[in-house]
Amino acid sequence: MIELVSSSRCVSCDVCVAVCPTNVFDTGPGGIPVIARQGDCQTCFMCEAHCPADALFVAPVTHPVPADSPLRDEEHLAASGMLGSYRREIGWGRGRKPGARLAVGPELGPARITPSAV
Amino acid sequence: MSTLDLTADVVVVGGGPAGTWAALAAAEAGADVILLDKGYCGTSGPTASGGTGVWYVQPEPAEREKAMASREALGGFLQDRRWMGRVLDQTYENMNRLEAEARYPFPIVDGSPYKKGVQGPEYMRRMRSWIRRAGVRILDHSPVTELLVDGTGTVAGVRGHRRQHDTDYRVRAGAVVLATGGCAFLSKALGCDVATGDGALFAAEAGAEMSGMEFSNAYGIAPAFTSVTKTAYYSFATFFRGDGSPLEGAGSQGGRSVIAAELLRSGIVLCSIDQATAEQQEQMRLGQPNFFLPFNRLGIDPFTDRFPVTLLLEGTVRGTGGIRIVADDCATTVPGLYAAGDAATRELICGAFTGGGSHNSAWAMSSGTFAGRGAAAFAVGLGAGARRRKLSGVGGVGIRPDSGGTGVGRREALDVIQRQVHPYDKNYLRHGSRLRPALAHLDSVWDGLRGGVVADGGELPGLRQAAAMVAHARWMYTSAITRTESRGMAHREEFPDQDPNQYHRLAVGGLDRLWTRPESVTGRELAVA
Ligand SMILES: Cc1cc2nc3c(=O)[nH]c(=O)nc-3n(C[C@H](O)[C@H](O)[C@H](O)COP(=O)(O)OP(=O)(O)OC[C@H]3O[C@@H](n4cnc5c(N)ncnc54)[C@H](O)[C@@H]3O)c2cc1C
Ligand code: SF4
Ligand code: SF4
Repeated sequence: MIELVSSSRCVSCDVCVAVCPTNVFDTGPGGIPVIARQGDCQTCFMCEAHCPADALFVAPVTHPVPADSPLRDEEHLAASGMLGSYRREIGWGRGRKPGARLAVGPELGPARITPSAV
Repeated sequence: MSTLDLTADVVVVGGGPAGTWAALAAAEAGADVILLDKGYCGTSGPTASGGTGVWYVQPEPAEREKAMASREALGGFLQDRRWMGRVLDQTYENMNRLEAEARYPFPIVDGSPYKKGVQGPEYMRRMRSWIRRAGVRILDHSPVTELLVDGTGTVAGVRGHRRQHDTDYRVRAGAVVLATGGCAFLSKALGCDVATGDGALFAAEAGAEMSGMEFSNAYGIAPAFTSVTKTAYYSFATFFRGDGSPLEGAGSQGGRSVIAAELLRSGIVLCSIDQATAEQQEQMRLGQPNFFLPFNRLGIDPFTDRFPVTLLLEGTVRGTGGIRIVADDCATTVPGLYAAGDAATRELICGAFTGGGSHNSAWAMSSGTFAGRGAAAFAVGLGAGARRRKLSGVGGVGIRPDSGGTGVGRREALDVIQRQVHPYDKNYLRHGSRLRPALAHLDSVWDGLRGGVVADGGELPGLRQAAAMVAHARWMYTSAITRTESRGMAHREEFPDQDPNQYHRLAVGGLDRLWTRPESVTGRELAVA
């Protein structure tokens, strides 16, 4: 679920308010959006992909994380490179090569069926 | 509350791939088009967040024959060869246009663009810009809540709510395309919470029929507690029980029910994607970066660690059933009403099997194109008198309740969905002795909803979604009970074999009293025996 709006990074473009498919954000005081309906978040990562300032972080679990979780800690997320990582991986942002250009997965054969002993 | 009044030749409901291609086709046919999305056209729906492999096949006879034959047995031979051909043609054309006209950055493999897949965010943001350039008006955060019909029952517009403006709206239109996606029952599967089957409810209220609703029990594999139901790369996985022993027979294809059974038994299944070579691992990271989001962020190495997995309901998103289509232009049985993408039945190209991995995306873009053109032609054919028709809404639950109800509302509806539709032992591993009581619960909640609470403004869309899910589940289980055999994904534990006497499609319909009707399979004359 969405866990972080970084007020220091946010450039108040309200893109997240517009693009969130389940309308989780409200415009907020001083131009910083607020997570108004976290329970409606579907953990789709789209707000993160569209935020031009790498100011949002979506924890990959479908329930809220505890208040002291590192997945809510901006410093940790920035230092570990997680903040903005999805945009980087899909190659969005100025000067980046669109990830779509490189998106060729492995050839998929028939799925492996787990044998009785491995 | 004030109401915004708009007019268009064609209204498209839903802005995923099916809706955007429909809007483009209608606009290119000269229609004035309004596209309405519950969320945001460009990010909403599973394609935008998930990305899709695409059934893109070179137009050479041998390749096409191979492509058509590949899933026919899996689909219980319910597919229509003529439709498969049309969809292959249209998909080929659309993907080429996506490169030429929307400048989608396809990867280059062996010197030519590789078009067997699209990355979701990139694809859908380009579709949004493209349809805007084509003159389509887009209203985001504007869930449609009901259809409007004229005095003859012809669909002639929609009503809805603009949730970021706190106003209702009404659009008068010459024709309506429903491209609202499938129904994944708010399971939080990737990008699917907007897919609550709304279009099917609206269509049924106007008199349309469903088909293939027994082929609706798709469940996607995800790391436990996450949303990421990207299943392709689990074909390199080994599955284990909680005690570390291998879960024999488990697999992402042809062994998923073993995972469901173990989750029911013990509540835990572990997985390791341990069969991929270093090179394949690297290709996976480039191929689907979103597959790795949960792993990277939870500190899991999916190639060496064993991590817990779950199965999330994807219903008719990756299942096959939907609104019944009766003509090449994706017309429904109701004049003025067209259906496309997951909202429409995909049996014509998938038969009884999921279209996951390629067919779904091809169906969305092709049926969208057919429906958009069909709707535009219908609207033009109405002439100038169309704008003077007297319109009325056909929405039932939450808008026009029967008298004498029990006051059942959204909460009870969501609860019955959780208890009677999500569980693997009811919807996935199906048996009549479990389906029948589940259906009885759903029926009784439906009766309560029919007489139940009325909502308006911002409250109405949520209530209508809940009603749509209950209606969807009832069509699913009614069809599943009627089909006393196993065909494609519609497995019945007590009828494990395919029954030649049930070689037909099943139409299903009704809202208060449901019915089913066998329909003979079309389009087999082209099949190579
Ligand atoms: C994780 C995942 C991976 C997938 N991978 C593949 C793949 O590799 N290959 C493949 O072929 N298929 C794949 N699929 C299936 C594919 O994503 C769908 O078939 C496809 O998105 C269907 O497109 P659509 O336009 O019909 O519906 P959607 O993409 O669901 O779009 C529906 C739109 O309608 C809007 N809407 C809904 N209700 C209303 C309303 N009441 N009013 C207004 N708007 C409304 C929604 O907001 C949404 O924007 C995958 C699905 C999932 C979940
Ligand atoms: S998209 Fe990012 S920068 Fe823009 S308002 Fe939202 S958080 Fe701030
Ligand atoms: S992850 Fe998706 S649903 Fe959640 S806030 Fe971001 S855009 Fe909205």
